[in-house]
Amino acid sequence: MTGQVTEQLVEPSRLSPARRAWRTVRRSRELAIGVVLLAVIAAATAANDSFLLSPNSWRDLLLTPSVLVVLAVGQAVVIITRNVDLSVGSILALTAYLSGRLFIANPDLPVPVVFLVAMLAGAALGLVNGLLVGLGRVPALVITLGTLYVYRGVVLTWAGSDRVNASDLPGTFLALGTRTVLTVPVLAVVALVVLAAVGYHLHTARGGRELYAIGSEPDAAVLYGLPVRRRVIGAFVLSGGLAGLAGIMFAARYGTISSGAGLGTELQAVAAAVIGGVAIFGGSGTVWGAALGAVLLVTINRALPILGIPDFWQQAVVGVLIIGAIVLDRLLANRTARRLVRARDAR
Amino acid sequence: MASPPAGPVLELRGVRKAFGPVAALRSGTLSVDGGSIHALVGENGAGKSTLVKILSGLYRRDAGTFRLHGRDVDFTTTAEARAAGVAVIYQEPTLFPDLSVMENIFMGRHPLRTGRRVDRRAMRDRTTALFARLGVTLDPLRPAEGLSIADQQIIEIAKAISLDASVLVMDEPTAALSALEVRRLFQVARSLRDEGRALVFISHRLDEVFDLCDAVTVLRDGEYVATAAVADTSVGEVVTHMVGRTVDDLFPKVPAPVGDVRLEVRGLRRAGVFHDVSFDVRAGEIVALAGLVGAGRSEIARAVFGVDPYDAGSVRLDGRPVPPRSPRAAVRAGIALVPEDRRQQGLVTDSTVARNVTAVVRARIARLGMLTSRRESDAAAPWASRLEVKTNALDMHGSTMSGGNQQKVVIAKWLATTPTLLIIDEPTRGIDVGTKAEVHRLLSELAGQGMAILMISSELPEVLGMADRVLVVAEGRITADLPRADATPESVMHAATATLEYQP
Repeated sequence: MTGQVTEQLVEPSRLSPARRAWRTVRRSRELAIGVVLLAVIAAATAANDSFLLSPNSWRDLLLTPSVLVVLAVGQAVVIITRNVDLSVGSILALTAYLSGRLFIANPDLPVPVVFLVAMLAGAALGLVNGLLVGLGRVPALVITLGTLYVYRGVVLTWAGSDRVNASDLPGTFLALGTRTVLTVPVLAVVALVVLAAVGYHLHTARGGRELYAIGSEPDAAVLYGLPVRRRVIGAFVLSGGLAGLAGIMFAARYGTISSGAGLGTELQAVAAAVIGGVAIFGGSGTVWGAALGAVLLVTINRALPILGIPDFWQQAVVGVLIIGAIVLDRLLANRTARRLVRARDAR
Repeated sequence: MASPPAGPVLELRGVRKAFGPVAALRSGTLSVDGGSIHALVGENGAGKSTLVKILSGLYRRDAGTFRLHGRDVDFTTTAEARAAGVAVIYQEPTLFPDLSVMENIFMGRHPLRTGRRVDRRAMRDRTTALFARLGVTLDPLRPAEGLSIADQQIIEIAKAISLDASVLVMDEPTAALSALEVRRLFQVARSLRDEGRALVFISHRLDEVFDLCDAVTVLRDGEYVATAAVADTSVGEVVTHMVGRTVDDLFPKVPAPVGDVRLEVRGLRRAGVFHDVSFDVRAGEIVALAGLVGAGRSEIARAVFGVDPYDAGSVRLDGRPVPPRSPRAAVRAGIALVPEDRRQQGLVTDSTVARNVTAVVRARIARLGMLTSRRESDAAAPWASRLEVKTNALDMHGSTMSGGNQQKVVIAKWLATTPTLLIIDEPTRGIDVGTKAEVHRLLSELAGQGMAILMISSELPEVLGMADRVLVVAEGRITADLPRADATPESVMHAATATLEYQP
């Protein structure tokens, strides 16, 4: 079989793997978002240097996006499997209120235990989503739109007009919301750990790679014999658990939890993932991109007032970012497709 | 590979598979030795695909023997078949477009290093080694997106080898390949044979079969017909086995006076789909577009109707040009298209019969832009009764009707536009015998009234029974234009299996 073939149909790249990896990074969405983020920070600092140079500004820069980063990471994993989880805002409210009630009922409860309870509760709610999507064969959009209302309804019924105040919560817990380690806020550290762990899993574990495969072509995933249903359920459990973590982070950060906590954050999480280059039809994108998207989203919202842009334009800017990101994806994909077809016709 | 065992590697005998009352495969028999390439041939609907799906574990057989390496097997999932060493390469492989070539080969079985981490270096090296063994150069790191069908098949083959599959089934792998790509595929196939694997090669192209394979098995209408060593048989004999039946009188084509040229197609071309297509259809004439599935017949019809674009050529109806890319203009000019897939393209199944029938003439029956159920029913009634649509009422929903009645509703819908040219794609697919005859009678009657009819059909008896003229399409080109008198199963089959590009 050797030496017979004279035609090379698609030649392998002559670049070394290291050079190719660098080229991939150079062209990546993550880098582009990072540059835009730096530009936004630079512009806001130029307009008002307290944006970056005041005593609290560094802390705020890292602390404000933490909760959304955790949600965006979970959301990205679900979107990669060609699903979506719209219930995370409601799970956040439910677990935030739950942890508040736990502290009120039992003020001496160790903080780590409450963290664990919140995450488990979130994971259980995520499991409900996953089972309905995996077994019911109903689109995730519909299922999680339903559970968005159901879970929110549970909080509304439970909390009513009541709310948990900062004075109800133990000081050690509230201190977590502002404490820093080597100038980095604890909540940002939590978000970074989550990001690193999930990112590592997606990149290096078989299970993580299978999530991409399932989102890229569900039919092929079945033909390959991948455990599609189990993986999809797992993605929803992870997203729910992370929403539970985001809930208790929310409680520590703000101290006040009403039944309206986190309204609309599910859409911010989806927006962050899409801006960060996670394809809405699954199969591609990274949690790094989604996290950067979340940071960009939050930072832009903080920077726009400083830049003198009226309040009501801020939402529009977010919308333009989302559409811009998707149009850019489309254009790049079309360009690549044209190039590949040309290369085929040429030979 | 281990030493080849004695006896056939793969053995099927009297395998049967039915879907409801329809038996897709009545007696599938196939026996393949290790170290050989075995061709499986037959007309459309002969049961080849069903047999492949039984091999791949997608379907379970209802009866019969299925042995692998001399042991009885019964696959319930594709994973089981794969674990037993059966790999199927489909005509259009399903890969993960977003993932790299190497991940497509090793998905779910990635090589691991310490800490159960995916070992990308090992994966790349093993992919490179697999490709080197197959004698192809493909970039292991590029995404599968945008790869040609030929390259996608190579990935599937590489996957099969990495699994050490002992039986490789290739389901019409050459249908979408260029001559160069076919040559490369055959080199790969021969090298796999020489390693002692058993290969099953399904193809419509008999010249390829005779070039590549060692033995050939013919199926017809779900039944096993014959097996022969390629050296001991001829193309003519295989064609006879494939056709092997006489055309009965199920199809009452009444001779009608043939009038002037209605449809005039000249030099129609769409890159990669069809080339140099020129033909005429005259008033009162039924012209059949025959050929194998995937030859480009429906695509030609869709281009004539303006649904699909074309790169060059012209379409004229009654001497006037029909503009490309505009089904509306085609309808206005007097063309009607009854599509192949009724449920998806021809019928709003959630809507009523009356609404379906009047869908294309809505503007004409509307008064002041308003449409009432009553006006719809009034407009629909004559057509439905003429076609004997057996529905209790015109407000019955399309989804609850039988296939035959659905087809009649679709035909009624287009007849309501009073076309001069009717293009009908697979008029009787999935319809019971009685209704079939009715549809045939109707087509014959319409031709008798001077309508020009272009019929696409994969059923040879239907083509031969109904058509005044048979145009045979092979690989996007018209390879034969046979008048009724010259159209025999053999002549049509020969033209349909002719390949222009491929020279062994």
